[in-house]
Amino acid sequence: MPDDRRDLEFGIRDSQTNPVAGPESQSPIPAVGLLDRLAPRKNEPDVRPQGPSSAEGADPVFNTKALRKFLSCLTSRESPVLLDLGPVVGSNVSFFGEQLGCKIFVEDIFADLDRHVRDGKLETLPPFMKKRFPQPDGTFDGILCWDLIDYLDRPSAQELARELTRVLRPDGALLGFFGTAPPQDTRYTKFIIVDEMNLKHRYYPATRGRQTILLNRDIIRLFAGLHVSDSFLLQNNLREILFRKPA
Amino acid sequence: MWKRDEAVRPASGQPTAAPQPPAPTQAGAPSPRPEASRQMEKDIVNIGKSVVIKGELNGSEDLTIEGHVEGTIQLRDHVLTIGPNGRIKAQVFAKSVIVLGEVTGNVTASDKVDIRDNGSVDGDIVAPRVAIAEGAHFRGSVDMQRKGGAAQATKPATSQTTAQQSQPPAPQRVGA
Repeated sequence: MPDDRRDLEFGIRDSQTNPVAGPESQSPIPAVGLLDRLAPRKNEPDVRPQGPSSAEGADPVFNTKALRKFLSCLTSRESPVLLDLGPVVGSNVSFFGEQLGCKIFVEDIFADLDRHVRDGKLETLPPFMKKRFPQPDGTFDGILCWDLIDYLDRPSAQELARELTRVLRPDGALLGFFGTAPPQDTRYTKFIIVDEMNLKHRYYPATRGRQTILLNRDIIRLFAGLHVSDSFLLQNNLREILFRKPA
Repeated sequence: MWKRDEAVRPASGQPTAAPQPPAPTQAGAPSPRPEASRQMEKDIVNIGKSVVIKGELNGSEDLTIEGHVEGTIQLRDHVLTIGPNGRIKAQVFAKSVIVLGEVTGNVTASDKVDIRDNGSVDGDIVAPRVAIAEGAHFRGSVDMQRKGGAAQATKPATSQTTAQQSQPPAPQRVGA
């Protein structure tokens, strides 16, 4: 069992007061700046696997706080419809399909990004994102955005966020991960659900790395049509943010 | 003396007559196996690499496709296997579908859809059980319709049992 599964209780829960950028000063914990920190604390080991050797060993398992809440949003609906923006993961499909009775749409935006990078057509990515989802408004009960936004340039991220907001139904949930530290190498992550509290991270090569480390206020502006329901900063420098669309 | 020794020596090595009877039985034993395998091979129809079919393909036996098929494939009560060389642009209806090649089109199975390593599906899948291997490609939607309707999805005990039967490392059901 890896020692990186210790919880980090930086989670701030408040659905109405914009918790991520909001009143950290009200918290008994000196939380100001914690969510925006760009490097791990000195007294914490950086549990993120470094270098290519991580791909050779077993996939690391990290704790997740927001997934459970995301799942509870889904299961409150009968036959929920889920959009997964990452590469297909068979066990995730089984999890959502067999256990939660979801209909799952797999739209691997990472593959789209890779294709645009390889073809040297990154300037066409924003209009591509604008037309990427043919589904009508409010189609999905939940969206798994994973850490996709980190890999997009700002215009593409804006178009994608606008589209995701559109296709999410009122009261639906969107789960996004956002890095807080510059990455060591160029890779994507497959997030494999172990259970509602744990995610296995499986790394695979990317054509380009993370583009930017977004501040909380930037994330909130990006998803202007949604509000932050829950936000957690994990020990692996990953921010988990659960957005809800106002009913 | 010489005659007596000669009479004894040939028998001292190995009895020559003894091994002969088993020989025909050993030779006869393997013969049923090839027949059985041949019979099994006869039951699985194979569409070879060089075959191109455009139109509607119906059947009432298991089928393996290594060639190209465009149109519709219906094997309602049987297993359809898309081999590594198979290229399908079709609507597929079968009991079970195993994909090792490429499928573009919607796949509906009454039992299971299994996308193996290097298999690729671009389309919507409707099946009660879906297995997607690491290294497989899939784009589309998955609808694991279940008998008894969607109400089962809201019953934790029932859905958990179903999932545990079909997938050993099943994660825990998340309560609402």
